[in-house]
Amino acid sequence: MAVAPLAIVVPILAACLLIAGGKHVPRRLADLVALGAAAATAVLCAILLGRVWHGHLEVYWFGGWHPRPHGIALGIDLAVEPIGAGAATLAAVLMTAALLYSQRYFEAVAPFFHGLMLVFLAGMVGFALSGDLFNMFVFFELMSVPAYALTGYKVEERGPLQGALGFAITNSLGAFLTLSGIALLYGPTGALNLAQIGASLAGHHPDALVIVAFVLVITGFLVKAAAVPFHFWLADAHATAPVPVCVLFSGIMVQLGLLGVARVYWTVFSGQPALHAPALVHTLLALGVVTALVGGVMAFLERHLKRLLAFSTISHTGMFLAGIALLHAHGTAGVALFVAAHGLTKGALFMVIGITSHRLGSVDEVELHGRGRGLWATGSLFIVGALALASLPPFGAFAGKSLIEEAASGRGFHWIAPVFVLGSALAAGAILRAGLGIFLGLGEARPPAMEQEAEAETETPETKGSVSRTPAVMLVPATLLLAGGLALGLIPHIDAAFERAAVRFQDRAAYAAQVLHGHATALPSAHVTSGPATSSYLYGAAAVIGAVAFALAALYLPRVRGRVTVLSRAGTGAARLMRAWHSGHIGDYATWLAVGVVILGWSLGAAIP
Amino acid sequence: MTPRARQTLMLVAGAGLLAFFVWGAVGLPDFGHYRGPYGLVINHVAGSERQVTNAVASLVFDYRGYDTLGEELILFVSVVGVATLLRETRGEELPAGRDDATEVPDTSDALRVFGVVVVGVTLLIGLYIVAHGNLTPGGGFQGGVILGSAVLLVYLTGELVMVRWVEPGTLLEILHSAGAAGLVLLGLGGLIAGGAFFHNFLYTGTEGGINSGGIIELGNATVGLEVMGATILMASELLEQLLVVRRGSPA
Amino acid sequence: MSVYPYIVAGWIMVVGFFGIARSRNLVHLILCVSVVQSATYVLLLAIGFRDHATAPIFQGVAPTARAVDPVVQSLTLTDVVVEATVVALLLALAVDAVKRFGTLDPQDLRALKG
Repeated sequence: MAVAPLAIVVPILAACLLIAGGKHVPRRLADLVALGAAAATAVLCAILLGRVWHGHLEVYWFGGWHPRPHGIALGIDLAVEPIGAGAATLAAVLMTAALLYSQRYFEAVAPFFHGLMLVFLAGMVGFALSGDLFNMFVFFELMSVPAYALTGYKVEERGPLQGALGFAITNSLGAFLTLSGIALLYGPTGALNLAQIGASLAGHHPDALVIVAFVLVITGFLVKAAAVPFHFWLADAHATAPVPVCVLFSGIMVQLGLLGVARVYWTVFSGQPALHAPALVHTLLALGVVTALVGGVMAFLERHLKRLLAFSTISHTGMFLAGIALLHAHGTAGVALFVAAHGLTKGALFMVIGITSHRLGSVDEVELHGRGRGLWATGSLFIVGALALASLPPFGAFAGKSLIEEAASGRGFHWIAPVFVLGSALAAGAILRAGLGIFLGLGEARPPAMEQEAEAETETPETKGSVSRTPAVMLVPATLLLAGGLALGLIPHIDAAFERAAVRFQDRAAYAAQVLHGHATALPSAHVTSGPATSSYLYGAAAVIGAVAFALAALYLPRVRGRVTVLSRAGTGAARLMRAWHSGHIGDYATWLAVGVVILGWSLGAAIP
Repeated sequence: MTPRARQTLMLVAGAGLLAFFVWGAVGLPDFGHYRGPYGLVINHVAGSERQVTNAVASLVFDYRGYDTLGEELILFVSVVGVATLLRETRGEELPAGRDDATEVPDTSDALRVFGVVVVGVTLLIGLYIVAHGNLTPGGGFQGGVILGSAVLLVYLTGELVMVRWVEPGTLLEILHSAGAAGLVLLGLGGLIAGGAFFHNFLYTGTEGGINSGGIIELGNATVGLEVMGATILMASELLEQLLVVRRGSPA
Repeated sequence: MSVYPYIVAGWIMVVGFFGIARSRNLVHLILCVSVVQSATYVLLLAIGFRDHATAPIFQGVAPTARAVDPVVQSLTLTDVVVEATVVALLLALAVDAVKRFGTLDPQDLRALKG
């Protein structure tokens, strides 16, 4: 049963060794040790996942400090359930792929790169498995700090510094708000263990404190998850961080913020009447939908490939958040499945961009137009990935999204599905536009909605100039990741497994009983879906067709420009405003953070009876 | 946003944030009326279960030792991050030897003598606080910072090049990593000894004695080592920048 | 007043945020971040305080004596040292910013837009 702490300790020890060796460790050895540690972690996390696969919960108490009578926890526990274990496994798998990829991607690597990546992994795994609120905060910080350093990694360029500063400051501010929320919860309950706080709050009379605490605690997680208006740091960070790091950022790090929100809600707040379910559902749903649309539009306006993918991640975050907001097992299951498929697919897409940069020396869509025609393997990965993200049935992203849509219509929110179609079409359409333009040379090089401003910083590639062949060690991980993302939708009974996981995730009473008193409860029977409904297939097809339509329109529109000048002028005006808001100025970001908390807070607070 | 717009917006948002927070904080137990149960239970049992008289230390290194591991790693990785961000890049070089320290102000003899005395005393105090962390207020974190500052005193009262001597050489990096790894290994020790990770597997001694607390005192020692290494490394990385920038500037 | 210390904590946090919005110097901005952090310490320690109680050190004192909460103290003490190093990381970024941008004014960090 000691597998759980080992999954965290293995990458840490490897990191300590590599960092102690510092400059004296030869590159090949460092690569090998890091890869080995990440792979070992992936295996350990997979073992954990296997143990809880059928909807179990396994609890591990550090120091052997089991709770006292009356459910008072003195120590810290890891509460391993399928969704957390799945997230940890995804993180480890992505890290292994990224480390493999970076063997050729970086010509020379600074001595501490591997160490930073491994500690990053340990932080993510620890966060996903934790059962204690303050411990979640600690590992949240532990996964953030290496991320700051890795973003600013290319110290010789200006962009990474700005990106790292914005990232570090906004995420730190978010973390402090979370800590304030934790303190507010600690006051009346005197507990830091998730189950114990939840049990205590269930008997607490509904008052303002619970709402304020909830909003503050989830703010930090929402900043990490890059929900609007906390999202400004993400594009900057992605634009400047090295590609293997971006694989992890978009693949799992951002989604862990959402895991934090969901975990805290279900284990701590779900028994508390003050968090008036309809108000909560509406507020978070609105937040999710706005995020999905803003992300989609901004992705469409981008020409820098990494920023484009970053905004598409933001768009997906919005969809994930909306799915969680439904507070329904199908919704949560759908989000988990969608996150897994998205993480693998997005990771593959980033790797492709890295390969393109390696071979052709640029990450600018306009500059690269048509130059990718020879890279047929890379190009097909990119285009298939874009289609998969547009929820091409029956692949992973589609399967997840159909579960969410089912939950939404079950709750009466029939408008969610069309909104998702629009969001996916925009975000995936942008990626598809880039792919078709670069790898097939379709359409014109200068789509209209883009500003002609010269990029103040052309990203210098992290590798040497053009190489005649794509190294296998870069192509193979990308292919495997994409294959995984696609295959997730094809595994039989996969949705039933995720459903069980979601039901377990949402059961506060059973969680508390097992963590605090050791009584393992059997899983209540889940309402297993019978597979995606026909309407889901229609929506999926609509999203894919929409994405293709948007992509082709963007590529070929200049030819019909005359007819749509009015629209495009209004469009460019709005676009210019939105881009102005993403100014890169840290003071702006902090201001939007404060504004966001106030809006979120008062919309939930206004609903208190 | 224009500066004025940003300020106004933040003013409004800040007021809203404060109001929201106070609205919630009113629901907290009155100041001075903490009612537990976590803290109250720990106060009662720390002495009898772990034979330490500092309840805070029992939490930091035993009951919530896993948190401390996480925090210590954040510290560790921040320092590594500083080293990564300030690493030598093309076009920069550090002065190689003593004669390159052209910008060092002369320090008086009185100051240097004072420095020797103060550095010694500070080191002693630091070691005392690390060692007695399980009994009286103090411990690895606090003592480590004091030990680190003793080295910084060398810079203040002596010559700048003295800090070059303590430069992040391999020894310091190894020590720093050893401190971080040490805490992990302590935790693993508990695991290997048949209990859970971070199980206190060493003899906990008698309450109030200097070697009470089992892994708590070892935890204090490794953390003290790590924090000391971290403080010195961080400071010297930043101080090196002083030399680098000066060399780069037209003089 | 029984809620006054909590209000102070909230005030410090908001002041820190305002400082960040107004800041014209990266070092000042980073220190404002640490001001926001110190608000959380005030809040934590205020929550753990007990009237007429002593420190949670039981050297020569019976364990049943009235003592303040040690939990918030343990949280704060590890946090203080850790966040000092995170501030160091931010300051390292500021040093790099001076080298690349030649300025510490956030308005002039213009490499990333849109």
